[in-house]
Amino acid sequence: MSASATVLAYRGEPKDTAEHFHGNHLLYLGWDRHLMFCAPVCVPLPPDTPFSVLTEQVLPAAYAQHPDFARIDWNRVEWLLDGQPFTPDPARTLAEQGIGHKSLLRLRTPGLDGLGGSAS
Amino acid sequence: MSTPTSAPKKLGLREKYARMTRDLAWEPSYQPKDKIYPQAGLEGIKIEDWDRWEDPFRLTMDAYWKYQAEKERKLYAIIDAFAQNNAQLNVTDARYVNALKLFLTGVTPLEYAAHRGFAMVGRAFPGAGAQVACQMQSIDELRHVQTQIHTISHYNKYFSGFEEWRHMHDRVWYLSVPKSFFDDAMSAGPFEFITAISFSFEYVLTNLLFMPFMSGAAYNGDMATVTFGFSAQSDEARHMTLGLEVIKFMLEQHPDNLPIVQRWIDKWFWRGYRLLTLVAMMMDYMLPKRVMSWQEAWEMYFEQNGGALFADLARYGIRMPRHWEVSVKEKDRLSHEAWATFYNYGHAAAFHTWMPDESEMAWLAEKYPASFDARYRPRYEHWIAEERAGRRFYNPTLPMLCQVCQIPMVFTEPDDPTTTCYRESHYHGEHYHFCSDGCKDIFDAEPEKYVQSWLPVHQIYQGHCGGGSVPEVLRWYRLEAGRDNLDYLSSPDRQNWQRWKGEAAAG
Amino acid sequence: MSNNRVYIALQNNEDARPIIEAIEADNPHATVTHFPAMVKIDADGRIEVRRASVEALIGRAWDPQEIHLSLVSISGNVDETDEAFILERHN
Repeated sequence: MSASATVLAYRGEPKDTAEHFHGNHLLYLGWDRHLMFCAPVCVPLPPDTPFSVLTEQVLPAAYAQHPDFARIDWNRVEWLLDGQPFTPDPARTLAEQGIGHKSLLRLRTPGLDGLGGSAS
Repeated sequence: MSTPTSAPKKLGLREKYARMTRDLAWEPSYQPKDKIYPQAGLEGIKIEDWDRWEDPFRLTMDAYWKYQAEKERKLYAIIDAFAQNNAQLNVTDARYVNALKLFLTGVTPLEYAAHRGFAMVGRAFPGAGAQVACQMQSIDELRHVQTQIHTISHYNKYFSGFEEWRHMHDRVWYLSVPKSFFDDAMSAGPFEFITAISFSFEYVLTNLLFMPFMSGAAYNGDMATVTFGFSAQSDEARHMTLGLEVIKFMLEQHPDNLPIVQRWIDKWFWRGYRLLTLVAMMMDYMLPKRVMSWQEAWEMYFEQNGGALFADLARYGIRMPRHWEVSVKEKDRLSHEAWATFYNYGHAAAFHTWMPDESEMAWLAEKYPASFDARYRPRYEHWIAEERAGRRFYNPTLPMLCQVCQIPMVFTEPDDPTTTCYRESHYHGEHYHFCSDGCKDIFDAEPEKYVQSWLPVHQIYQGHCGGGSVPEVLRWYRLEAGRDNLDYLSSPDRQNWQRWKGEAAAG
Repeated sequence: MSNNRVYIALQNNEDARPIIEAIEADNPHATVTHFPAMVKIDADGRIEVRRASVEALIGRAWDPQEIHLSLVSISGNVDETDEAFILERHN
């Protein structure tokens, strides 16, 4: 047996759909094996932002305090978009390459394993 | 002369309980019961006979008032003496008071929510035994709020971070974790509410909050907190018994109730366990003198005592809550991941954070031999060096939150403590992100509820929190920048403490 | 071996001390652990707090419900009567 029809028919209003963010989309960014930043971060960006803005402005603002950040070889970064391997085009916009509202973009920096190799 | 032999005999406990509880109820005559108790059938729980409800404590209202009045007399005598004697100066160190700030801003509003919640479910249940037990608990919870506000009132005269506790509860990002936990329970039906709060939270989990932590308060010289804590906890034993009785009653009443109850136990174990993340950090990092580690407490109170409880419930077909194994895998990392989180976002918290000193790091390494030196010490040593170089680390970007527990996504893979645990669901074309399989399961079972989560970071970006910059948000929180937040080292609390204790200011 | 552990935790104060002593005397299988401000008593299967034993120590009538004034926490199934306060597990 399950709950009554009243309960099963209940519908909620999603609170975080894209139209609530004044033209921005939310993007989540996580840098693997750098847990000095305790959690992935959340930034609002217009969907027509070129990908290069991420590497030139957004990621440095978020992560430049880490000593590994300056050592990143951007040609060797491995990207995961919503769990799938991903090759970004720096000139195209986020929306043009499938980076949508509440997408998760992870970067892996082979050879850089955090403070003293501790994944911090 | 003969002595009268018919003097009224004193009622035995069972008989008195029956007369003073069940016999006060009546059968309605001009309204059907399902109209009087419309919520009782909404969740699919089938109750054949409310008279089978057994209240093991058999506490009647007259005895209740007598014992509660005695508890109150004792408690207020101690709180009064504490205030009169300036006993706040006897705590081990002003850093300790930050654990109290977190406890009192996080838990006190929940006591009030519990007062409301038990009044609601006491009205919703059709059985007299359950009604009386819920009514007593509702009154208990109101008493707990009051005793805690008295303690807030005293500490607020000397330390920062207390004064806007009520305003902050509805706004501050980390207080959204306890608030949403209780709102989740209150917006469920009466049987789920009581399973969530009385059984999963009070019976299975609150021992970890009240026992090692209150014992820790005693160890750190905080008599006021020990007093309200243990006075509240003495009611808690009755509440826990109510929680166990509710579970047994539902399972004995109808076999169809088992899958519903098991799902609630799974859900509310995980919700409660995630909430206790804050307690793990309080025990391992915020008590200058420590009683036991989080890992030891989890072994004692959950693995051993919780294990006995679930072995006992196996006769009803109940098994251990889903994902309990994950809680065991996380026991040597939970407190460190939590403390690092508040160190990251200490500029947006209404209490102070700091790095453990060398003796504290040695304690942590001894208690967590498999994890501390390898994973957390390097991070702390880096932060200490940065702080000494004038670059105290704060995370400049708002964190990604879990859709269900609302905690930043700080937890790591159950089998790999060096990798963030990411889980995701798609629902009606939207992405939803979770910190764990436990939180994902909860969302997937009731997505229409959790698509409505009030996630503090998203609310800031929607423009609902006073503005887009950290100073604007702090003003909206009524958190005074430079006084209530930032590192303990630079805090007015520390300066005052050194002045009061006649300690030389270091550096 | 199945785990059927029960426990009772009491405040470490003057009112609770005779209750703790009575428990120790009546439950020789129990283990008593002292923590700051509280005492935790663990036992396999069963713990009994007997009215008569507490009364013999304090020299006055004692209602087992007075235990509510000193209780910190419990684990186990409760049975409360005029004669005793009992915690037990049958598994």
